[in-house]
Amino acid sequence: MIVAKRKPFDEILRMIESHRKVLVAGCGTCVAVCLAGGEKEVAVLAAEIDMARRLKNEPIELGQTTLERQCDREYLAQLDGRAEAYEAIVSLACGVGIQFLAERFPKIPVYPGVDTCGLAVNQDVGWYEERCRSCGRCVLDRTAGICPVTLCAKGLYNGPCGGTNRGSCEIDPEQPCAWYAIHERLKGQGRLDCIRAITPAQEWRDTVPRTLIQPGYRKPEKAKA
Amino acid sequence: MMKSGSNLEKILRAGHFAFTGELGPPRGAHAEEVRKKAAHLKGRVDAVNITDNQTAVVRMASWAASLILIQEGIEPNYQMVCRDRNRLAMQADILGAAALGIRNMLCLSGDHCLFGDHPTAKGVFDLDSIQLIRMVKQLRDEGKFQSGADVDGRPAIFIGAASNPFADPFEWRVQRLAKKVEAGVDFIQTQCIYNMAKFREFIRLANEEGLTEKVFILAGITPMKSLGMAKYMKTKVPGMDVPDEIISRLQGVPRDKQAEEGIRIALEQIAELKAMKGVHGVHLMAIEWEHRVPEIAERAGMLPRPLVG
Repeated sequence: MIVAKRKPFDEILRMIESHRKVLVAGCGTCVAVCLAGGEKEVAVLAAEIDMARRLKNEPIELGQTTLERQCDREYLAQLDGRAEAYEAIVSLACGVGIQFLAERFPKIPVYPGVDTCGLAVNQDVGWYEERCRSCGRCVLDRTAGICPVTLCAKGLYNGPCGGTNRGSCEIDPEQPCAWYAIHERLKGQGRLDCIRAITPAQEWRDTVPRTLIQPGYRKPEKAKA
Repeated sequence: MMKSGSNLEKILRAGHFAFTGELGPPRGAHAEEVRKKAAHLKGRVDAVNITDNQTAVVRMASWAASLILIQEGIEPNYQMVCRDRNRLAMQADILGAAALGIRNMLCLSGDHCLFGDHPTAKGVFDLDSIQLIRMVKQLRDEGKFQSGADVDGRPAIFIGAASNPFADPFEWRVQRLAKKVEAGVDFIQTQCIYNMAKFREFIRLANEEGLTEKVFILAGITPMKSLGMAKYMKTKVPGMDVPDEIISRLQGVPRDKQAEEGIRIALEQIAELKAMKGVHGVHLMAIEWEHRVPEIAERAGMLPRPLVG
């Protein structure tokens, strides 16, 4: 899932300092699961803003809403006719949701309440680890299901480098060396041949904004409202 | 067949035991600092590695310091890391370096930015070191850019790379060397060696795989300046293997004799390396100790350096 971390409160407060009526908009999907932007976090942030502004003698009127998903038009449509009543929106969705919301209501400033931190696994409650950079050229078939683009600090395709330290990465003893792990797992599977051949220079696909249209579909003439 | 005509290449192809040094460019624009350090190395080594923003700390560009060395009549080994530039910048720098007379190059991944003086910088790593080796070889031998387009004027570069026999997993280190050979490397300079037993095993495996007949291996030596340095290298430098016996030898002498003991250890290593099958030279990394190189070269029996036409 996409994981995000709430921005420092003071940063959020500064973004909306000139506004007196603000909607806090959560997202009920990824950011809700990772405890950053669901219904509960919307309520907490709204309460904090309310209190901080009262203390400053600059009261603010706050609305709260949590859409099923902010990356889907069908859910954003639920705000049509409601959003316009606010001077600004703080979105707790991931960067994708924030942008789609801002696109839907181009006259209203939309501010990010979170920093989006990647595509991650749920290791435990409140503990998420990045696993994919969505590079668009998956090599997991040859790397024992361990992504060197994400998990090697240098993103090497022909690792491990000389900085491997007893199975850890040179940047931090707590960070496992991805290439050490790749080697160990492939060895266990008897598949070291997978990394014996040189992986040639990458043909990067994530250097331009990407549009994906699945086979059998096409881009509509004009995006539907 | 001669590929670059560099002094280092001629020395190695003539079957001499090569001896290379190292110089870190200054943190500023003073050419004099490069000249001063270089003076200690002139005539004592076959080529001098010029580090490229080593440990991710910004310094004078390695190509620029390499050119200063050429002005001083010393052959540089121009280091390039993958951390700081993409394939366009790399190829441009390689062509420029070759045009101005640089004939040796060392292809490295580079330390992570987190280690350096700009820890929040974005590491490029458009290519890794193995892909860089292949790209230089393609420019030189096929006259093709990485993209496949024709190069008008091939860079005559003797291609080097590093090898760390001591990083994990040990059994993969020879395989990684094999990948670098396949990519087209001409010579290897190893990580600083302190664990001779492990290095002997690494070379034995490399001999067994026939790799030492395909690539020249220069064994990396860094004399310990003090017990403090040895302890730091043992515990703080990733991928470094400093056995306890090195620590106890330095502990066994008074503080003012530790540097001499460090040099003695290095000299013993060099003596053994000279006789080791599959080792073609020594790369002396006397870190901020350039002024001791003449003495070490002399005592190691490396002088005078052979003159090759």
